Parts: sequence; C-alpha cells; structure tokens
Amino acid sequence: MSKERITISPDLYDIMPPDYQDLVKHATYGKEDRGWKDIGTSKELLEQHSLCAGCPESMAFRYILAALPNPEDTVMVGSTGCTSLVFPHVAIHNIHSLFGNQNAVASGLKRALTVRFPNRIKDVVVLAGDGATVDIGLDMTLQAWFRQEKFTTICFDNELYANTGGQESGLMQKGFVAKMAPVGKLFDKVRLPEIARESGCHYIVNCTVSKPSLVERVVRNAVLIAREIGPTYLQLYTPCILEIGKDSQEGLQEMRDAEKPNERFAFKEYVSEPAKALLADLAAKAKDKKAAAKQLVS
Amino acid sequence: MDTTSIIGTKNRKEQIITDPRVMMNDAPRTPSFFTGSEVIKEAVRRANVDVMVAYPITPQSEAAALCGELFAEGYIGDYFRGESEFAVMSQCAGAAFGGARVFTTTAGPGTLRAMENFPMWAGARLPIQCIVTCRGINSPLSIQPDTIEIAYLMQTGMLVWHAETAQDFYDWILKGYMVSEEPDVHLPLALCCDGFFVTHTKDTVDLTPVEMCLPPYDPYRSPVPCMDMECPPVRMMRDPFVMKSNYISYATHASWQQEVWAAAERSRKHTIAWLDGLIETENVDADILIVASGTAVSQGREAIRLLADEGIRVGLVKIKTLRPWPEEELREATKRASHIIVPEFNVIGWLARELKATLPRTERIIAGPRVCGGMTMPPEIIVEGIKKALGMRSGVLAGRGS
Amino acid sequence: MSLNYVKFTPGFDVFMPKEYRDMVEHGPFGKKTTVSQMGSFKEILEEHPMCAGCAMTLFIRLAIIAFPNPEDTITVGTAGCGRLAISQAAIPFVYGNYGDQNGVASGLSRGLRIRFGDQPKDVVVMAGDGGTADIGFQQVLHSWFRKERFTTIMLDNEVYGNTGGQESGMTVRGAVLKMAPLGKKFEKMDMVAMAKIAGCAYIATVVPNNPRRVESCIKKAVLIAREVGPTYIQAYTSCNIEYAIPTDQVMADAKTVEDDRYKFTEYVSDEAKAYLTERYGYKEFVQKPAAAAVLTA
Repeated sequence: MSKERITISPDLYDIMPPDYQDLVKHATYGKEDRGWKDIGTSKELLEQHSLCAGCPESMAFRYILAALPNPEDTVMVGSTGCTSLVFPHVAIHNIHSLFGNQNAVASGLKRALTVRFPNRIKDVVVLAGDGATVDIGLDMTLQAWFRQEKFTTICFDNELYANTGGQESGLMQKGFVAKMAPVGKLFDKVRLPEIARESGCHYIVNCTVSKPSLVERVVRNAVLIAREIGPTYLQLYTPCILEIGKDSQEGLQEMRDAEKPNERFAFKEYVSEPAKALLADLAAKAKDKKAAAKQLVS
Repeated sequence: MDTTSIIGTKNRKEQIITDPRVMMNDAPRTPSFFTGSEVIKEAVRRANVDVMVAYPITPQSEAAALCGELFAEGYIGDYFRGESEFAVMSQCAGAAFGGARVFTTTAGPGTLRAMENFPMWAGARLPIQCIVTCRGINSPLSIQPDTIEIAYLMQTGMLVWHAETAQDFYDWILKGYMVSEEPDVHLPLALCCDGFFVTHTKDTVDLTPVEMCLPPYDPYRSPVPCMDMECPPVRMMRDPFVMKSNYISYATHASWQQEVWAAAERSRKHTIAWLDGLIETENVDADILIVASGTAVSQGREAIRLLADEGIRVGLVKIKTLRPWPEEELREATKRASHIIVPEFNVIGWLARELKATLPRTERIIAGPRVCGGMTMPPEIIVEGIKKALGMRSGVLAGRGS
Repeated sequence: MSLNYVKFTPGFDVFMPKEYRDMVEHGPFGKKTTVSQMGSFKEILEEHPMCAGCAMTLFIRLAIIAFPNPEDTITVGTAGCGRLAISQAAIPFVYGNYGDQNGVASGLSRGLRIRFGDQPKDVVVMAGDGGTADIGFQQVLHSWFRKERFTTIMLDNEVYGNTGGQESGMTVRGAVLKMAPLGKKFEKMDMVAMAKIAGCAYIATVVPNNPRRVESCIKKAVLIAREVGPTYIQAYTSCNIEYAIPTDQVMADAKTVEDDRYKFTEYVSDEAKAYLTERYGYKEFVQKPAAAAVLTA
C-alpha cells in the first residue's frame, strides 16, 4: 500500500475521527527502522483493546505490531479467542473467519496476494491462541507447514481456553486442574515447537513476551524468513493471569519465572540452514548500511 | 476500476477479455460432446479464475483434477490440494479475502464437512463459486446421486442454483460469477447438479470461443474491503461486537444477517437478466403441473411425453434458482393448476416443503414421487404418481400394489 | 467374545451359510494361528473386492491373522480402498465419517474399557494415508497426545486410490498425479517422526513382503496398545493401478521401495519393552549385561 492511500482529502480532514487523523500523521507505516522503541512516540497500530487489565497478551500485541517490518503491506489472520477481541482495533487488514481455520485462510490469502501482486512484498502473519493453533486447528496449522506456505504463524500460548472461561487445552501442562480437566490434565503439554521443526518450519522460537527487544527481533526474523524461504513459527507465552489466579501486576513476573533456564518457556530458537544464510546476509547488509551512514556523517 | 476499460486486452493466458454479454449471448458457439466434468473444466478455462483449491471426493474429483490441468496449462493463477473439505473452504475464503476470483468443487459428505464455512462466506460477502455435485450423505455410506445436501445449503445465505443439464452448468458457471460479483450482491454461489447423472454422462454442449474469457474479478467493487492492504486499514469497529451483550450488538448482528439475505434478493434482477428468468415453464395452462429442479426436470419431461401419448396434458415448471427463491414466478406459473407434482431425488422432499411454504392451496401439492440413496427415477413412476393423483388406475409398475 | 457366541444351536448348522460354518469349524477364533499357517484355516478376511494384485489386501489379511485376540478385536476404518476389504472380515468393523477413525476409536476403546474392565478388547484402526495423514491427521495426532490406548495402522499407498489417484500428503515429492499436475511440491509427510513426538509407545514401518515381520509388528503393536499407550504402524501397500505396477511386479516393487525409502524400522519405548518382556515373555527386549555384549561382539 502506498502511503497516499491513507492520506485524507484536505476538504474532509476535519470530519475524520481523531484516531484516524493520528494514524495518518503519526503511525509508522513505511518507517524502515520501526520497532518497539516507537511505542510512546508514535501512533501505535493498536492503541485501544478490550483485554483484561494486566493481560500480557496486550503487551505482546503491541510489541508485535511495532515490530512488523512492513505493516503497510502486511495482512494478519486471527482466530476465535481473546485475540479476536483485539483485532478489530488493529490498523492493518486482518481476517477473522472461523475457529481454528487461520492457517488455511492464510494459505489461500498468501497465494491470492502472490497471484495478484507478483512483484511486490505482501506479508501474511497468523496470530491465534493455543486452542486454535494446536487443538481445533492443528491439522490446518501443520498442513500449511508441510506445504511450505510462506507465512508466519504466531501462537499466543496461554495454556488454556481463556476466552471461554478456562478450559483445558493441548498446550496446558500435565496435571493442571482446569475446567474440563477436573482431575488435572492427564497428558503432557503438546510439543509443538518440535513438531514444527519436523513439519518443515524454517524458524521456530519458544519464549515469553517479557522482553520487548526480544519479541521485536524474533518477529522480524520470522516475517523476513517466511517472506523469502518458508513457514516460520513463534510460540509466545502470554499467561492468562485471570485463569491461573494471578493479579494484574503479576503477569510480567509470571513470564520471568516461566523463562528461567530449564523452565518450559526458556528461550529456544531453531533456524534452518537456508534461514541462517538469509539472516547472515541481512545482517551484513545492515552493517554495510550503518557503516555507509557513519561515513556520510563523518 | 472500470472493467470496460480492459475489454479487448489479454489475460495471463493470452485470452481476450470479452464483454461477458457479448461472450455469452452473441459469440459463436461450438457444439462439443463432453462429460459434465469436462464441461466444468471448459467453463473454468474461460472464467479467468485466480485460485482454485481441490480435494478428492466422489463424484467431483474428476472435475477438480481436470481443473488442475488448466492450472498446469496456465489458465488458473494458483491451484493446490487442501487437506480436507473444511480446510479447502477456508483456503478458498483466504484467497477471496485477498481479492482473488476463487473456484472450488465438493460433494455430499464433503459439503457437510465444510458446512461451517458457507455461512461465513456469505457473512463475509465472498463471491466464491462452489460446484456441488450432489451425492448421498447418510450412513450407510453412499456415493450415489442424491440431492439432500441442497436442503442444508439453502439455509446458509449463499446463492443456490440447481442445474439440470451440462449446458446449464457450462453457462451458469460463467454467468454465476457475473451475478455473484455484482457489488449489490457479492455473495458466494453454490452451483449444484445431480452427481453422476450430470458429471459422468456425456452430452452435447455449445461452448463459447476458447480465446474469449470473462473480465477479471475486481475486488475493489466489493461492498466490504478486501484484505490486501491496498485500501485504508481503518479500525473496523470501536468495540468488537462479540464483547457486548447489549441491544446495539444484537441489532448489528441482526441487520448484518438481514443484509446478507437482502443481497440474495437483490441478485434477482441480475439473475433474471442472465438466466432468462428464475424459472422456465412449459404449458402452465394445464391442470396438472410438474414442478422440479435438477435432473428431476429431465425425468419430468419424459413423463410428460408418455402421458401425452395417452392424451393427458401436463405442464412443467423448471426451477433454476433455489436461492433466491422464485416465489412470485411460482405463484404465477401455478395459479391455474389443480395438481402440482414434485418429483425429487432425496428422502425428505425439501422442494415440496419449500413449495408448500410458498404457494396457496397447498392441498394441490403432491410431495413426490421421491427416490434416494442413488436410485434412478424412471419417468414411469412420475406417470404413476400423476395418475394416482387423478384417481386413475395405473398398475404400470409391477409389484407396486396400486 | 465368548467363543460360544459363534457356535450354532444344534440342528441349525445345516441352514447356516457355508462360510459361516467354515468360520466356526476352521476359523482362528480362540486358536493361536500364525501367518505361516495361511491356507490351512478359514481366514477372518477371505473375500474382498480389491483390484488384482493389490498389496494392501495382502497386508490386511496378514494383519488380521496377526491380531493376538481376534475374538475380542474391533477394527475401525474410514473411506478408502481398505474399508472395502476390512468391512468384509468376520470381526466388527466401525465406519463413521471420512477421517474420523481415531476420534471414533478413542471413544470406542474408552467405552469398551468402562464396560469390560480388565478383559482386553483390542481396538485397531486401519485407514489409508489420506484418511490418516490428511483429512484425519488432527484426530490421529490428538489421540496420540491423549495417549489413547489403541493401534493405528496406516495403509500407505501414497495416493488417494479409491477416488482415482489424487496426490496425498504421503505422496513423494515430485510425483505427478491428479491434483498435482506439475508434480507434488512438498515432501512426503514424516508421520513416524510425528508419532514419536506425539508419544506413541511403539512405531514401525513395514512392507508386506515379509509376512512374519508384519505379524510380529502387529502383535507387538496391539499388545502394547492394551496397556502402555498408542501404537502406530505405517505399511507400504502400493496402489498398483495408480502407479501402474504390473500385478506380477507388486512384490518386487515393494522390495525395491523397501530397500530404497521404506526400510523396516521399529521404535519401542522403554516402558513398552519392559511390558512386553514381563507380561508376554518377549526375549528380544531383555537388557543384556554390558559386559556380555562386549564378549559376544
């Protein structure tokens, strides 16, 4: 999308809602070095949301949207769950259709955009909860990876069905007592990052969203690798503080606890060989650019 | 974008983008002897389709695979096999959200597996075309022709048309896109036929020139923005409706659903222009009428011929579109009839139910004869049904005890 | 099933169909029949409507002979060629919707356990690659995640055979088939790796050429599924029609494919090894002392 598309006709400027005016003036579409540090100094692509107070998912959303390398040409696909309460507020095109079909929708979408815009970048990013990704949508999640569809899948893993009130999900830990798991969950947390690797993902990260700089880095990598090489997967711990009995100020600490070494969300990253080459290439280019800029200044 | 500006230019396969009215109404036709599945392929070849998604299920597999050959030849932008019908219909949704002209096919249990998608397509105003080659869906397993799945499709908000012949099929695939992509319609189309009877039999079909194709789909004529980041990404709503349990939320949902059905109603004028009416009639001044859709119409024609030999005059109403439902047309066509016979290829008699809910003096409507589970419908049983309704002895069919 | 159920009321036997009498008199129920006795007893599956030379049929016959407890075994299947044969066998066959076989089997095996307690009722799923790896993939994986105790057998002919030869997820990359007009674009799915990550207690890949091996795999898989956890067997059962293999070359093809990319592999979890050793006297999994191993080597 060229930025002209969102500029407001001068005659109509005053009747546009202030948040749209803000979006045109202060959003970071087209800014090359956009990132989480823009938060607070620019108009975010998500500002309002209707999640619970203290919800780590709302942080994750803001970091991800700030980190997308190319928001002006990114289309997101969501699913049913807490995320579907946020997407209507997001200032990039996004699709919600059914529960669990997000990776199928994204497959069709990415292919349609490739047919329609053969010489342009159009990034597709799926963002859905653990129920959608691993339970009801598992088939479509994995089959998109088998087919090597070129888009990014992000799973907000809060380890339960939060939006429906706290039921057991496949990504819940074994033994956790929840609705529909009245004697505790009887089987292990599904090892989706490993399955993603077997299914052909080229970049996989398992982590929490406690550090915005980390979220920025992995989101950027995931989108750029998906654009050039093949499917990528991020599994981000966004605890549902409500359902695990925490208070609104305890979300960050919960994530810090869960990411300690040997804990289930200790940072893990897998990069395939072609993806490594791409990242190295991008890093080299960035370095050259920086050096050139420095030379220009001096 | 004005589509007339591209008339005369060429598409990705060097076909000439032609004014659809010229292509369908004026261009020379070549009679060709093809199976129904091949006819689907030939129509898609000329439909300028961007994306098709396929999945094997009898009896549509052949058509879906033949369309794969079109992709290999360069007529379709992208084509792949999905992993289930549910996934396929979601993949079609994704492609349509992205602004592509989308085509797919399914049948019977596949239609039911995919069902959650169909009201979503209609609600999201995606003008996808789905060919439904109807077959049995019950347990025990049947792969044979049976139209029961149409009963479900009629409640989804999709346009539902029921082709009788391969010629209908050919023309309606192409015309279907023209109707369903109109900005005031913009709804998916379930284009149904009776599996095997239409897909696996050969018929002479008059084809339009192969070098002509429909204008491409223009997603910016959609009443809702397509999701390609080429139009302003305004926040869709201040509060997601799903959050709110209040009158505003209910009213929004209610008005949206009503709008979907209103859009189907608005398709009438376009459909009438393209299909030359929502119904087709013969001798509707007769006392006795056969009202049917799909291949039951063909069997009705045979029954009418048999009865004419005995001096009994019977008229015919062929229903082409089930959604929109041709209520006014049917009232007019049946106003003089004292007996209305409704032969159907399904166990529940959905067409008779629709008619009974629409026409005055329902005692005139005879719900049947019906066959199901893949049985054929010999015209003789329609003849027998008519004679029985008239209080005549028939006894033409051995062992039926009438 | 008590074996009395299959016996005739005295005096009625003359009215029973020949095959039923054969089943009672010469069938394998209650006996320990083996594949090497094939041809000397009435098989549970004898007739079938499959194509001439079909390797899948041979595999299904071998598998059914190998069931450790056929009189208490229920099979579950789905749409595809396999069901055309399995549904004609003299043991119950459950058929629901396409791809739901592992969902049905989960409910079935739990229901049978509630009703029959410790008396083993073996549930064995036999479905094609489309039913297992494509349309039913999610239900297959989730049944493994949940550690459902039944056996899943994939009849892998690497194509949708029954609908006329379309690409499946188990098709090898590059194969030109219906719905893959330019050749399949992605790799054959690695279901063995999936089964491992998902927690199957026993996993094997076999071809039907070696009947004793098939028998051994099936027996272990069914026994382990009784108590330890989910088991998975992936059998190469070529579609000689869609891959144009002459009927007299079907076994040669299986051998070639076995040598090339379908080698016999077997994974047995430690828990399953201990269980087979202790409960069923399997000697092959007895831990040898390390010193002894050095001596024999």
